[in-house]
Amino acid sequence: MQELVDSLVADGFVPGGLPLWVAYLGAMLVFGGIVVFVFILPIAGITTWVERRVAGRIQSRIGPNRTGPAGFLQWLADGIKSVLKEDIVPSAADVPLFKLAPYVVMTGFVAAFVVVPFGGPLIIADLNVGILYLTAVTALVVVGILMAGWASNNKWSLLGGIRSAAQIVSYEIPAGLSILPVVMLAGTLSMQGIIGHQGWAPWTWHVFDNPFTFFAFFILFVSALAEGNRTPFDLPEAESELVMGFATEYSGLRNLLFFMAEWGNLYVIGAVVTTLFLGGWQIPLALADHPVPRIVLQFAIFFAKAYFWVFVAVWLRWTLPRIRVDQMMIMCWKYLVPIAFVNFMGTAVWMVLFPAGVPAVRVLLSLTAAGLLVAFARRVVFHVRRALLTREELSFNPLSTARVMSRG
Amino acid sequence: MKFQYVPVLIAFGLGGLVAAVFVAAGMFLGPRRPSPVKEAAFECGNPPSGPAWGRFSVKFYLTAILFIVFDVEVVFMYPWAVLFRPLGVFGLVEMSVFVLVLTVGLVYVWRKGALEWD
Repeated sequence: MQELVDSLVADGFVPGGLPLWVAYLGAMLVFGGIVVFVFILPIAGITTWVERRVAGRIQSRIGPNRTGPAGFLQWLADGIKSVLKEDIVPSAADVPLFKLAPYVVMTGFVAAFVVVPFGGPLIIADLNVGILYLTAVTALVVVGILMAGWASNNKWSLLGGIRSAAQIVSYEIPAGLSILPVVMLAGTLSMQGIIGHQGWAPWTWHVFDNPFTFFAFFILFVSALAEGNRTPFDLPEAESELVMGFATEYSGLRNLLFFMAEWGNLYVIGAVVTTLFLGGWQIPLALADHPVPRIVLQFAIFFAKAYFWVFVAVWLRWTLPRIRVDQMMIMCWKYLVPIAFVNFMGTAVWMVLFPAGVPAVRVLLSLTAAGLLVAFARRVVFHVRRALLTREELSFNPLSTARVMSRG
Repeated sequence: MKFQYVPVLIAFGLGGLVAAVFVAAGMFLGPRRPSPVKEAAFECGNPPSGPAWGRFSVKFYLTAILFIVFDVEVVFMYPWAVLFRPLGVFGLVEMSVFVLVLTVGLVYVWRKGALEWD
């Protein structure tokens, strides 16, 4: 952000005589406000709509389609409904903690966006401890959830809260270990620095740098899903066993705050894997010379990459069943942690053996990924074709003679 | 560089502000008709059987302790990872020794059965 303000000052957009710190502070407040109210809150809402539409398609139904075009305004309607609901505080609850919990969750969630890049110079603050800061503030959500679960004085809430705490803290470890290979390769913790170390081409991305980072990427994504309480790891709020987990006693707006943070966190997950492994907002330099179209293009490419992973998370939620608590813990401690250790030590050995990297391996890995994507696309085309074919066959009913007659 | 962390403060403020605005809106726009039944803890329709604040499985404490040990180690590796390229082989050997010790710890915990959840 400071670089942007500096360039604005140099170009004469900022009135002279204004102290520099006022300009910085003003820019931060304006940009932070824009990010929160124009980006974060709508993106959390729109993701709920996307989720429900995708869930509808996956379960062979339509999903919300009444409010606005294709039900697009459903998220606003849900929000307004939440505003108009009664805000119930259980009489047995620990009231101050009960009321504080949504604030903690919300602050942790909004503070994560400080280091999330949006494209080019658009980042609220490029902290030099970027990714470490992000893991720290997203862990604040655990405190809020545990607080909510404990303060509700409800058995379901308490179970959901402690499950959530156990799950999130356990999956911190494979997530932290999977970030390490990227930090080693880039030699910095700053989000912009990590993106700057990669290029626009897939074979320059960290995910394809060596076989170990390839696996680290998937471990990070799985751990991030678990930290975001997403199915198959949504045990803290398992509807079929814990009613609504830690949020059972919350109604109206306070409930909305928890779920806004949850869906907003999906975008944070997408943005983090994009930044660390998938080249961030890098575009070919030749594409746009003028700063404005360049920033727009960078924003678009970053958003597309990040939102693709939001879509994958939604897709996983409606495809996989929820796992049991013991399976979740075993998966973390007995599989992901050892594999993550092997990954980061493997990357270290790889970097010592090949300080400049191995272009052949990079190209090979990106070709493998491209091949997987092509195979997947062919599968989708095959299924779409088959679905269309069946509809055609179904429309031909041998019993209805009228149709045959009209044809003949 | 002086202002690098000011946005963090601003973001915390904005997060709190968003939550406060939403809660206040609910307070003004939502109905407010409390009743003893409504304010009771939800237990699927049964009258609540005592407070929830009791003991829970010791497994969760074990997980918390393991987390503290391993997460501190992971945080310790970050500065090393930033400087890995300049450190080179020296850094690799040092970290191998450290990870070896950590692996012994993990194997010990594993063999002791602390990772079993029945």
